Amino acid sequence: MATGKLNPNHYPAQRAAKVVQHYLNTRYGSPYRVFFLHRVHSGNAEDVADSGRKYQLEISVQDLISTNTEKCSAEVLFPGGEQQRSPHVQASCEELRKIDTKAQEEALYQQYKTNPSLLAAHLPDSYGHINPEMKPFWHLGAVASSFIMLNESTENTLFNMAQVANVTQLATENDQLRFDYHILLHEMVSQDIIHWKLQVSWSPSGGVKVLQMEQLPHCHHCEKPPNTN
Amino acid sequence: MINSVGLGFVVLLSAMGAATIERAEYDYYRYHPMPEIFKWMLQIAEDHSDLVTIVNYGLSYEMRTISLLKIGLNTGEKKKAIWMDCGIHAREWIAPAFCQYFVKQILQSYQTDPKMQEMMKNMDFYVTPVLNVDGYIYSWKDNTTRLWRKNRSPGPSGCDCYGTDLNRNFDANWGTVGVSFNCCSNIYCGSKPVSEPEAQAVADFVGRRKDDFLCFLTIHSYGQLLLVPYGHPNFTASNYDELMKVGLAAADAIKKVHGKNYTVGTSPDILYPNSGSSRDWARMQGIPFTYTFELRDDGTFGFKLPENQIQPTCEEAYQGALHIITHAHDKTFSSAVATAAATLWTMLVAVGVTCATQM
Repeated sequence: MATGKLNPNHYPAQRAAKVVQHYLNTRYGSPYRVFFLHRVHSGNAEDVADSGRKYQLEISVQDLISTNTEKCSAEVLFPGGEQQRSPHVQASCEELRKIDTKAQEEALYQQYKTNPSLLAAHLPDSYGHINPEMKPFWHLGAVASSFIMLNESTENTLFNMAQVANVTQLATENDQLRFDYHILLHEMVSQDIIHWKLQVSWSPSGGVKVLQMEQLPHCHHCEKPPNTN
Repeated sequence: MINSVGLGFVVLLSAMGAATIERAEYDYYRYHPMPEIFKWMLQIAEDHSDLVTIVNYGLSYEMRTISLLKIGLNTGEKKKAIWMDCGIHAREWIAPAFCQYFVKQILQSYQTDPKMQEMMKNMDFYVTPVLNVDGYIYSWKDNTTRLWRKNRSPGPSGCDCYGTDLNRNFDANWGTVGVSFNCCSNIYCGSKPVSEPEAQAVADFVGRRKDDFLCFLTIHSYGQLLLVPYGHPNFTASNYDELMKVGLAAADAIKKVHGKNYTVGTSPDILYPNSGSSRDWARMQGIPFTYTFELRDDGTFGFKLPENQIQPTCEEAYQGALHIITHAHDKTFSSAVATAAATLWTMLVAVGVTCATQM
């Protein structure tokens, strides 16, 4: 395992930095704010006795919608031990909170609060297209996926959301808009496509929350083959 | 006197072939299903019959023809060669789009660029727009198949999943690292090295001509990377330093087009260890300049790169590929002789074009 000063272009720093991206989206993401890892500037890794591996990173992230880039300092701890447990992340960024998306979020919220009717599939479609009115729900899917991707990440994975297979709006509860999402994740190292069902709530003041999550079997009509060595 | 007239006539004929106007415009900036790509190949070969021939060099598992476009001036002599394949992984649609763009671009460039004219004289370009034909067609079937990666051969008996990862199936440290022996895995390396007809087709065709090839470029997505051999962490290519130097210069050329960063390095360094890749196999055959291109994007859209990014992606990747190809060419064909030959050739082509316009 790479330890000490890391080459920022090599995969250990890149994978750890991706985890920071997922974390930032769970904290600050919305239908009008999604972050992507832009650059790793520097990184350091060390073994933490009995606790796993800790990465210190200087990275830049880019807001997909405004295209502003922000510098962040972050720490990622991948817990050790037999069971795979989620990484712990701490991050501080320069300007993160100051991007103003309030008006757009309110407008979206009001539109779908009064008429809970959203139903959409294949965001994006096979050609990479997303209907402009649906883009906020693609963003919301990306943010909701980040909760799963954060939970599932290890030093041996690199996750991106491949697609929102479908999204359905459920009845509004406690002033939160609620949605059922079927999402496809792409894991780079295994090259697998992993299906997840999520129940998501969102409001401009409440942010994005994942209420339920369930991994779906890879292929409903496939049988699991016998293990081969 | 008679010799120069005869030479002028030969040049005139080839210039006329090159000056043929394209018929209905093909849209290089949309994704095309396989039948359209095959029709395009036929059209290109017809429109540029002086330079292009179609070579069928294998059959896929589902018995479809695997074809390439051989592009270069027919000098009647044995020539050095450049290999490019796209679409070894079905879902990476931007890759076949790039191969088609690349062909269009080199043919267009040939009309006016003395350097391209020189390269077409000295080398043949072998471009396979879609290597994994069955997989590509399957990824067009419906919304549930879009993200298919492997080929479509059935798994071993007892397995209910289809497909072998063709880029783990080549005979290059096969089955050692970065693979799965679970036939349902997307990195299943097959029952044995080159078990798959698609991989076999490449190995046969390139293997028979391995001493001719200067470059082997295999095009994938996504990630914005230029990968150099080898995928196995314990092996270093003998020309690693040169591969890195040329790769970094290619990445610079890419960045100059639209500002995109492409990272350069071995797979175990910048992505993950793997074995059985076509790039590693090609390098082991002795082909000096072998690279895997991972085109846009960085994970935002991933495999479903929006069509409005096809053009910029192709433009930048072309500059990267061209840099590598030009380096490989110039290293082989001494530059002093090449300059003189290029000047003479330009003159002759110009004479041919002038005669054509006067007819």
